[in-house]
Amino acid sequence: MATTEVALKTVTLQEFKGKVDPDWCPGCGDFGVLAALQKALVELQIQPYNVVTISGIGCSSNLPGYVSTYGMHTLHGRALAVATGVKMANHDLTVVVTGGDGDGFGIGGNHFIHTMRRNVDLLYLAMDNQIYGLTTGQVSPTSRLGMKTKSTPFGSVEGPINPISLALAAGATFIARGFSGDQKHLTDLIKQGIEHKGFSFIDVFSPCVTYNHDNTYPWFKQRVKKLEDDKTYDPSNWLMACERSQIWGEEIPIGKFFERTDLLSLDQAEPVLDSGGPLALRELGIPAEITREFVTELM
Amino acid sequence: MKRTFAVAIGGAAGQGVATPGVIYARIFARRGLHLYAYNAYQSIIRGGHTFLTIRTGPDRVTNQGDRIDLMIPLNQDTMDRHLGLLGEGAAVIYNSDSIQPGTPPPGVRLCPLPVSQLQHNARAKQEQNTLAVAASLSMLGVAFQPLEEMLIQQFKKKGDAVVKDNTESARTAYQYATDHFEPFPNPLPMTDNKYAVLTGNMALAMGGAAAGVKFYCAYPMSPSTGVLHWMASHARQAGIMVRQVEDEIGVINMAIGAAQSGCRAMCATSGGGFALMTEGLGMAGMIETPVVVIDVQRAGPSTGVPTKTEQGDLWQMLGAGHGDYPRAIATPTDIVDCFKIIPEMFNLVDKFQCPGIVLGDLLLSEGHASADPSELDFNPPIDRGELITSANGNGANGYKRYLFTESGISPRAIPGVKGHAHTVATDEHMEDGVLISDEFTNPIKRRQMMEKRQRKIAGIEAAVPPPELVGPRDAEVTLIGWGSTQGVIQEAIELLGDEGITANQLQIRWMVPLHGDAIVEQLRGARHTIIVENNHSGQFARYLRSETSFVADGHIRKYDGEPFMPHHIVEAVKDQLAGKTKLSVPMHEIMV
Repeated sequence: MATTEVALKTVTLQEFKGKVDPDWCPGCGDFGVLAALQKALVELQIQPYNVVTISGIGCSSNLPGYVSTYGMHTLHGRALAVATGVKMANHDLTVVVTGGDGDGFGIGGNHFIHTMRRNVDLLYLAMDNQIYGLTTGQVSPTSRLGMKTKSTPFGSVEGPINPISLALAAGATFIARGFSGDQKHLTDLIKQGIEHKGFSFIDVFSPCVTYNHDNTYPWFKQRVKKLEDDKTYDPSNWLMACERSQIWGEEIPIGKFFERTDLLSLDQAEPVLDSGGPLALRELGIPAEITREFVTELM
Repeated sequence: MKRTFAVAIGGAAGQGVATPGVIYARIFARRGLHLYAYNAYQSIIRGGHTFLTIRTGPDRVTNQGDRIDLMIPLNQDTMDRHLGLLGEGAAVIYNSDSIQPGTPPPGVRLCPLPVSQLQHNARAKQEQNTLAVAASLSMLGVAFQPLEEMLIQQFKKKGDAVVKDNTESARTAYQYATDHFEPFPNPLPMTDNKYAVLTGNMALAMGGAAAGVKFYCAYPMSPSTGVLHWMASHARQAGIMVRQVEDEIGVINMAIGAAQSGCRAMCATSGGGFALMTEGLGMAGMIETPVVVIDVQRAGPSTGVPTKTEQGDLWQMLGAGHGDYPRAIATPTDIVDCFKIIPEMFNLVDKFQCPGIVLGDLLLSEGHASADPSELDFNPPIDRGELITSANGNGANGYKRYLFTESGISPRAIPGVKGHAHTVATDEHMEDGVLISDEFTNPIKRRQMMEKRQRKIAGIEAAVPPPELVGPRDAEVTLIGWGSTQGVIQEAIELLGDEGITANQLQIRWMVPLHGDAIVEQLRGARHTIIVENNHSGQFARYLRSETSFVADGHIRKYDGEPFMPHHIVEAVKDQLAGKTKLSVPMHEIMV
């Protein structure tokens, strides 16, 4: 039982500040995502040492170095697989995964789909800038058809994927889209995503001011429209969410597309975790009467 | 020569080769006999040709041997393929209703069973293999009762009628053999021991359970899938989380995530899956997270021959992942060693915070062997190294995950411990985890951190014993092998001894650390050295040469997918001692 002798200290924003300042380009959308994440963690009063921030590789994947939680800066595309292991080994931890569109939807696409299917209880923040930034500007899985980049100098002939529709199809239980330019809205979505028990996906428009001259702050600002402002929208309605996810043009919906709370998350569904606390903190030995059975069945 | 008896059962996949195999194995082991079983099969669910050899005897049996004493062909194909290989004194029990015997070699007895006449219930099809097993037990001087018990156990779910049909038919066949067939000259011996029978895959999985593995994940891949099967079916009892992941890239990364959180985490695959894991292995090296990966070798390259054995992944393991980082690689030498090596490897990688590879092969993983239950120690020594799991007593201020130390080992805090929050990164980093790869680089710090990691190599070497030469120092020939060939080389040495040729053996169990100096010292004065390995290019010979400049006098290599049989090595050694060749590639006589 928790002791009441020492009142828990209030968690402040300062405690989430990392050891070094971000090395992102001035004006990068990722600053806004970092700030919103820190604010959300403070508002939820989660202790920094109970959070693990996990990323792959890319500009946005540098984020774990800029928060003072536990962090893992892993391999390109692999953050969700690593994060699943972290969460299963210690399901008391709050796990936040960050990364870019290339990392998550390109090289990491397979893990993206399967982590949603498994309903692993974590927050996945994709900082979607529709470009490969760290490699100096190549086409990404979310770049628009016809976009001119260094690897598509005459315009891309491939269409983009739609992360929201993909997440709906793959069975994610919390799906939202945010915009780095709208802090308050994004912070609120992140809070909801962390509090959701299950896989929470937030596709965040996070403009690349250096390499993407198509999808800029003004471009998004003119178009984004909050689902929350539409009183007829029901985020528990999967079909409605599918329909809205297809809207892309002069108007682009942001906000919570979908949430369901009737499915167990992987740690809830896994009987090994029913009792005994986090796996990582359990004693290593197996009771002798059980190991005797293991041998007896071989005889 | 070893006193053993070998039964071979052949047929198409799906014809029921496995069931009589299990029956024999249980009867032998319960009789206090050791056994070893090897199944030659193909990547097909129904059809093809499966040939299971079970060899038993009072002493430990380590390989399939050179001789089949009894063959049970379940189809014509098996009879046609293998009858000619049988030697004097061997017998063939077959269903004379459906199989034509052909002409047996001299001294081979044909024992036709008129299966349709022996069946208790003509409408129900009693499997011919059960009747053949019954007949063989009569010829081996084994009472009917053990078989009856096994049949009751096997068929009880199907109801009393089925149990009765099968036991009565088996009894009739047993009696028919007693009446019509000469018994084997030596009845099957019996001892007071009781043995367990397990595969290498089961041993690897159980070794993991013994080591305290709490997280196991895998993608199915022959011939390593048996580890996943054991883990999955025992997970809840053992308190192990088992996950089947979307691909091997996900597997290694998930295992590393669990390990980073503080679990002992393990995964298994074969060469192709391991290829996908190599970037992850490098991550474990860079972020200094202990994880154990089992690679069960099969015949490569690429998809290769999924159901056949080879020792062809050694260089893949040595070079897995780009850049330099410490790793450990062990090659278990028999099926029981598959069990023992896992806790040893976990203690090593926990202490040195690096990836560990257990390099097995199909021969071990799918072979069956007997083991004394006391050999399966579920309470091995556990050493988790410098692991910080609570904030108590630790000076939290200024915790540095990658603190420079003389040993290169830095105390490792797991997530959730107050005051120790840090980020681990696959980018090069400083002692506190901050990157020195992006915003600024620093050649001095990069060098210091590389040297810190690499300092662990000396510790790993000191923590593992060097290999030892077994046998007379002044032997005429020294046979050097690694991993799964231990038993067959040992038996070849006994056979050579019968022919007056003295030989000793140096078997490698730890590939990294190799202990090159110790090996060279042991081989100093060896009269004739031959390296025996199950691959084409002499992967170990090349490795040994690269590490020590040692060049062996000769090589025996086999890369047809099948394991060595003792006589392959014996004949090759004799050829090489006679100066006929320096490279022998034995022909596998059994077409499977």
